[in-house]
Amino acid sequence: MTEMVDQVRVSATSEKVNARLQRRYAVEKRFRFYGIASIIIALTFLAILLISIVGRGYTAFVQTEVRLAINFDASVIDPSGGREKAVLSSADYAALVRDALTARFPEAANDRQARRDLFSLISQGADLELRKMVMNDPSVIGSTRDLWLPMAAAVDQLRKGHMSRDAEKGGQYTARQLGWIDSLEASGALAARFNKWLFTAGDSRQPELAGVWGAVVGSFYSLLVTVALSFPLGVATAIYLEEFASRNRWTDIIEVNINNLAAVPSIVFGLLGLEIFLNVFNLPRSAPFVGGLALTLVSLPTIIIASRVALKAVPPWIREAALGLGASRLQMVMHHVLPLAMPGILTGTIIGMARAVGESAPLLMIGMVAFIVDVPASPMDPSTALPVQIYLWAASPERAFVERTSAAIIVLLCFLAVMNATAIYLRKKFERRW
Amino acid sequence: MSLASESYFQQSGRALTNAAKVTARDVNVYYGDKHALKAVDLNIRANEVTALIGPSGCGKSTFLRCLNRMNDLIDGARVTGLITLDGDDIYDRSLDVVQLRARIGMVFQKPNPFPKSIFDNVAYGPRIHGLAQSSADLEEIVVTSLQRAGLYEEVKDRLVEPGTGLSGGQQQRLCIARAIAVSPEVILMDEPCSALDPIATAKVEELIDELRENFTIVIVTHSMQQAARVSQRTAFFHLGVLVEFGDTEQIFTNPQQKLTQGYITGRFG
Repeated sequence: MTEMVDQVRVSATSEKVNARLQRRYAVEKRFRFYGIASIIIALTFLAILLISIVGRGYTAFVQTEVRLAINFDASVIDPSGGREKAVLSSADYAALVRDALTARFPEAANDRQARRDLFSLISQGADLELRKMVMNDPSVIGSTRDLWLPMAAAVDQLRKGHMSRDAEKGGQYTARQLGWIDSLEASGALAARFNKWLFTAGDSRQPELAGVWGAVVGSFYSLLVTVALSFPLGVATAIYLEEFASRNRWTDIIEVNINNLAAVPSIVFGLLGLEIFLNVFNLPRSAPFVGGLALTLVSLPTIIIASRVALKAVPPWIREAALGLGASRLQMVMHHVLPLAMPGILTGTIIGMARAVGESAPLLMIGMVAFIVDVPASPMDPSTALPVQIYLWAASPERAFVERTSAAIIVLLCFLAVMNATAIYLRKKFERRW
Repeated sequence: MSLASESYFQQSGRALTNAAKVTARDVNVYYGDKHALKAVDLNIRANEVTALIGPSGCGKSTFLRCLNRMNDLIDGARVTGLITLDGDDIYDRSLDVVQLRARIGMVFQKPNPFPKSIFDNVAYGPRIHGLAQSSADLEEIVVTSLQRAGLYEEVKDRLVEPGTGLSGGQQQRLCIARAIAVSPEVILMDEPCSALDPIATAKVEELIDELRENFTIVIVTHSMQQAARVSQRTAFFHLGVLVEFGDTEQIFTNPQQKLTQGYITGRFG
């Protein structure tokens, strides 16, 4: 009898359990679906971002150049024949380019307007190229060479299909100019060649001569200063707060303040840098060194917080074991705690650095937004930085800067990808089981 | 074992008399407002195993951690009273806590080898205290310590492998080897076998009995059988009070206090 009652009770319970089980499975399935859906949405946006950037930017990696037979006429370059550097450097190389063009299109030779129209098709960079060649090797003087020289950015845009041939739809070339371009195209003298200026030059007013190298070097110097300052400062602060300082009101106040600083908009650090570094310490304007100082302020809270978390994650028995053997606190930290926390600290540091590389607001305040053509040779030279260069180009009216903006973004993303890959590598290298 | 290493440990063993090595007089410990240990008086004799027993939260681990000042690490912990090691007040301002912990070693409840090689685990103490003159010296100390901890035969071919790769019992014996490598005078053991299986426990207990020859040992244990097996003297704590302290045989066969009797017969605990 009692057995039967038990049987009934058991089956009733299992029925209830079963009913709930169905619901539990349904909830779990739904939750999993939400998770996958959110990942898909995030990936979609990322893909749209990347496709639009790469889609706009990839054309900037090539540039239209023209093949011209240049006669390095000794009477134009160096009439006296002395081959002095000063003479060679100030010679009228533009005349060589003009001569080559009028030789190619004799019909324009005697018409002033036609000559002006014809010469506007080629970039000013062409004469700079010729000058560089002669300065490197004066023996070319007197010879005639077939050379590839950069065309004006508008010709490049026309060939890439970014600009209409029709003047009413924004085209800026006359029928005669279009005729010359078509004639060059038909004879195979026009070609899209690798855009070396993009990777070797600083900024320029001429889009076809503008490059990101100045900004890359500026960013690199800033980053160097930032790492050199914020890593030791941040780690030392974290170690002191986590391992040495006693818990009291003061350390609480410091902790709250550090967490607050992590959330302060970076423009505020820029203003602070402007006031302290430029106005009080009189450091040079626009210098990557000062940029690095400002970025140190930005990344320091991130590094301190990440390092403290990494130190906290080291199990307390490691500390007990070391202290129990008679290690001093500093020995305990240096021999045991810090090595175990290192992967986390490095990851945090590189995340902080990645934030610093992408930061533009503080750099605007300390003058790294200036138009600077030269590639900086030291951290004290005026320079700009990658995100600021992107900002500058995005604000430029020329159509050719649109693709260059995207190209600069691609370079910045690659920069970040390299840094994050380094972070993963370092974490793997220092990671230890315990 | 060579003669040289024998004498190395002979020094650390000090005199083989049964005088009080460590004395505690009116020791009180407070954690904030909590009075964790109340007026404890206790003498720990040299070259004996003293077991501290009692139910959870009775203050036995707290007392143990007073002896090498590990309680200093806990925020809000306060110790009053007098604890002496060979007659010197260990809470004296002039006494260096690093030196104290070199003289009073500790083995913890959970085996806690460093995530380093077996060799480096044992060599760490001698290295930071500068006990070895040369690398040959250091190797000698490491090998001898491992031998004394009864671990050498099992690990001699893999001294460079991580100490964390050993089994639980081996890890605990490695921790004991690490503690005795500094040649302390007293070894504190905080429930050293609670995370071990019976076979590993038996090995560690056997080891404790051997170590008694050269070291003074204080062991906290939850197992009354263990206290009975390894110790010469037993202290029974209850609610922060030292209820009874005497020869182990007397405590387990003829306890003077009703509370002690209740605990060892398993009426509470």
